[in-house]
Amino acid sequence: MKNFASYLKRALILTLILLLCCSVIYPLALTGLGQLLFPKQANGNLIEVDGKAVGSELVGQDFTGDQYFQGRISSVNYNTYTEEEKEDGTYGGVSSGSFNYAPTNEDLKARVEEDVAKFKERYKEATGDEFTGEIPADLLTASGSGLDPHISPKSAEIQIPIIVSNSGLTEEQVNEIIKENTEHKILGIFGEEKVNVLKCNIAIAKAMGEI
Amino acid sequence: MLQIVVTLAIYMALVIPVGIYMYHIAAKKKTFADPVFNRVDNGIYKLCRINREGMNWKQYALHLLMTNAVMVFAGYLILRLQGLLFLNPNGIEGMESTLSFNTIISFMTNTNLQHYSGESGLSYLSQTLVIIFMMFTSAASGYAACMAFSRGFAGGRKDVGNFYEDMIRITTRILIPVSIIGGLLLIWQGVPENFIPNLTIETIEGKFQDLAMGPVAALEIIKHLGTNGGGFFGANSTTPFENPTILSDMIELYSMMLLPGACVITFGKMIHAKKQKEKNKNATMAVAKKAVFGSQGRTIFAAMAVLFLVGLTICFVSESAGNPILEQAGLNQDMGSMEGKEVRFGIAQSALFTTTTTSFTTGTVNNMHDTLTPLGGMVPLLHMMLNCVFGGKGVGLMNMIMYVILAVFLCGLMIGRTPEYLGKKIEGREMKLAALVLIVHPLLILGFSALAVVTSAGLEGITNPGFHGLTQVLYEYSSSAANNGSGFEGLADNTYFWNITAGLAMFFGRYIAIVAQLAIAGSMLAKRKMNETIGTLRTDNTIFVLILVFVVYIFAALTFFPALALGPIAEHLTLWMS
Repeated sequence: MKNFASYLKRALILTLILLLCCSVIYPLALTGLGQLLFPKQANGNLIEVDGKAVGSELVGQDFTGDQYFQGRISSVNYNTYTEEEKEDGTYGGVSSGSFNYAPTNEDLKARVEEDVAKFKERYKEATGDEFTGEIPADLLTASGSGLDPHISPKSAEIQIPIIVSNSGLTEEQVNEIIKENTEHKILGIFGEEKVNVLKCNIAIAKAMGEI
Repeated sequence: MLQIVVTLAIYMALVIPVGIYMYHIAAKKKTFADPVFNRVDNGIYKLCRINREGMNWKQYALHLLMTNAVMVFAGYLILRLQGLLFLNPNGIEGMESTLSFNTIISFMTNTNLQHYSGESGLSYLSQTLVIIFMMFTSAASGYAACMAFSRGFAGGRKDVGNFYEDMIRITTRILIPVSIIGGLLLIWQGVPENFIPNLTIETIEGKFQDLAMGPVAALEIIKHLGTNGGGFFGANSTTPFENPTILSDMIELYSMMLLPGACVITFGKMIHAKKQKEKNKNATMAVAKKAVFGSQGRTIFAAMAVLFLVGLTICFVSESAGNPILEQAGLNQDMGSMEGKEVRFGIAQSALFTTTTTSFTTGTVNNMHDTLTPLGGMVPLLHMMLNCVFGGKGVGLMNMIMYVILAVFLCGLMIGRTPEYLGKKIEGREMKLAALVLIVHPLLILGFSALAVVTSAGLEGITNPGFHGLTQVLYEYSSSAANNGSGFEGLADNTYFWNITAGLAMFFGRYIAIVAQLAIAGSMLAKRKMNETIGTLRTDNTIFVLILVFVVYIFAALTFFPALALGPIAEHLTLWMS
């Protein structure tokens, strides 16, 4: 019994000292240093328009306007909501994740078929022509986090005619916006080519004079 | 393709110096940082009156268990009471009892299986005082056990070291300093680090968006460094705030790969140093031969690397092939299977991360494993079943040594000699303990899976129809028993049944193995060393690497193949044949 007590005492002391080091000193030190050296990043990389935050450049948003680029499918609707949706419980609080459909799940197939049809309809409504190209995989699959801020350059490209006809901007203008908000591979090796949807849409809104 | 090769090449360049530094800490050799850390450590020893005498394996194991038990009770209390405590700006309530049980076992055993969602289930106090705390201590415990284990195998001393001293040295000299540097790099890339409540902003369309905040970077770095894997947010390292860029992705990748790989180097160098010392005993001119790996460590590293590369290739090829059903539905699959993946990582970095996280038993994910193609998803599952492809902090090496013991035993039978490893005879006691470790793991996985598929409480958790449903179940228990913690997240696992069974799998998966492995190290330490003869089976050449790889695969095939055939393999055939 005496032995047990001595084991317990030493275990308690170790727990306390490690609690102090790992859970108090370490996070406070890192928060202090982080806030000092990288204040913008440590607070979420917010994008401001006229001094008001309209989003984070790292987190995607849900866009309904036809003049805007559409992002990827999100199972949590990008934590974006209207007041009604919050009141009636459609929006249940901040979260993240995907639908977790297996590749063989019928629901996945049904969701993609529906979205393909929807995209083609939007395209036809905007341009009057049938969509004949290929839809890249990223545009109509759900991202892992439900918050993916990017789409592939090809996915942006196929949306250009829709945006041109709904926003009144020229094709060159939209192309330029895509080009400015495309992020490249690091050293030409690491990562993927990708387009930031929120930044593009802010640029469109500015060009249209909406904000 | 190219980026995977370059990423791995950089890894090889990094792992060697880290391994050498770790060896210096484990063997108490001088390092450049001693002037600072000696003072810190001595202060702590004095303050806590820690006595630093050597321990035998039994004392070492008991101290480890006792310390872990104390931490479990403290953490459990905090989780249950978090609603009443401070540092809770988002007003989160106390955690339910079976969920708290599961969570606390999960973090203490270095598993980090999460049946809760961080954004809505934990206060900032719990995130730091329970989650971050356990990420440090569970990693340090595993690595301490591995150091004791390596000392036992290297021999040449009476004890296996002092548990408290190991814990403190690992924490102050490796985990905290690397976490601060790595944490700052992550903040630089855009991972938030603050204690402010979640933000609500108004979008340019006049809608609202909630942005989750908190001390994310502090958790994020130790989550990988300690091969823990539990995310701050529900979707783990897929979320932009946990893993915003390709650089943050690589920082996370390296921080989980470095220390387990370095453990093997430490082990190799310990054995090598012991051998040199014996050789030089009689020689007047002692010229120590320098070795990067040590020949014994090199064999093990090579075998692990072969297993890793085979898995990575299968995963990458399978994910790149895309999903034929979606192709039919009108979605071009040139990019590969993008469901559940992030555009910024693409197929290459997702496949690499998936294989790494399950090989190094971290359990963090940068894409959703439930949505992987069948064979792409089989690789992480298989690597958790093997549980020795580098493996988690420390314990992966110990598991691989179990396979080494099995391999020398099988070879010994074939050539008709008493099996030996590192000059020590492998006898009945060691074989029994090694067999225990190797049997407990499949027993936990297959036993609990069988239980889940015959009870309604278990079946209710399955969310995907057909063969994939079985894979979900297998994955959950493999992840638990291997102390990995990644999940096929579709599984509806926050129920009494799943919380309790997965909790038990994690508990037994961790502690039975650690105690048995320390016992083996203790008994190896006590044995007399044999002289090497021409008939001794060499364990430091290419042939032994091949033998080891085959033993691992044959063992896995015999144990797990039937289950894999009914899960991922059957799903693969339906996907491509229909």
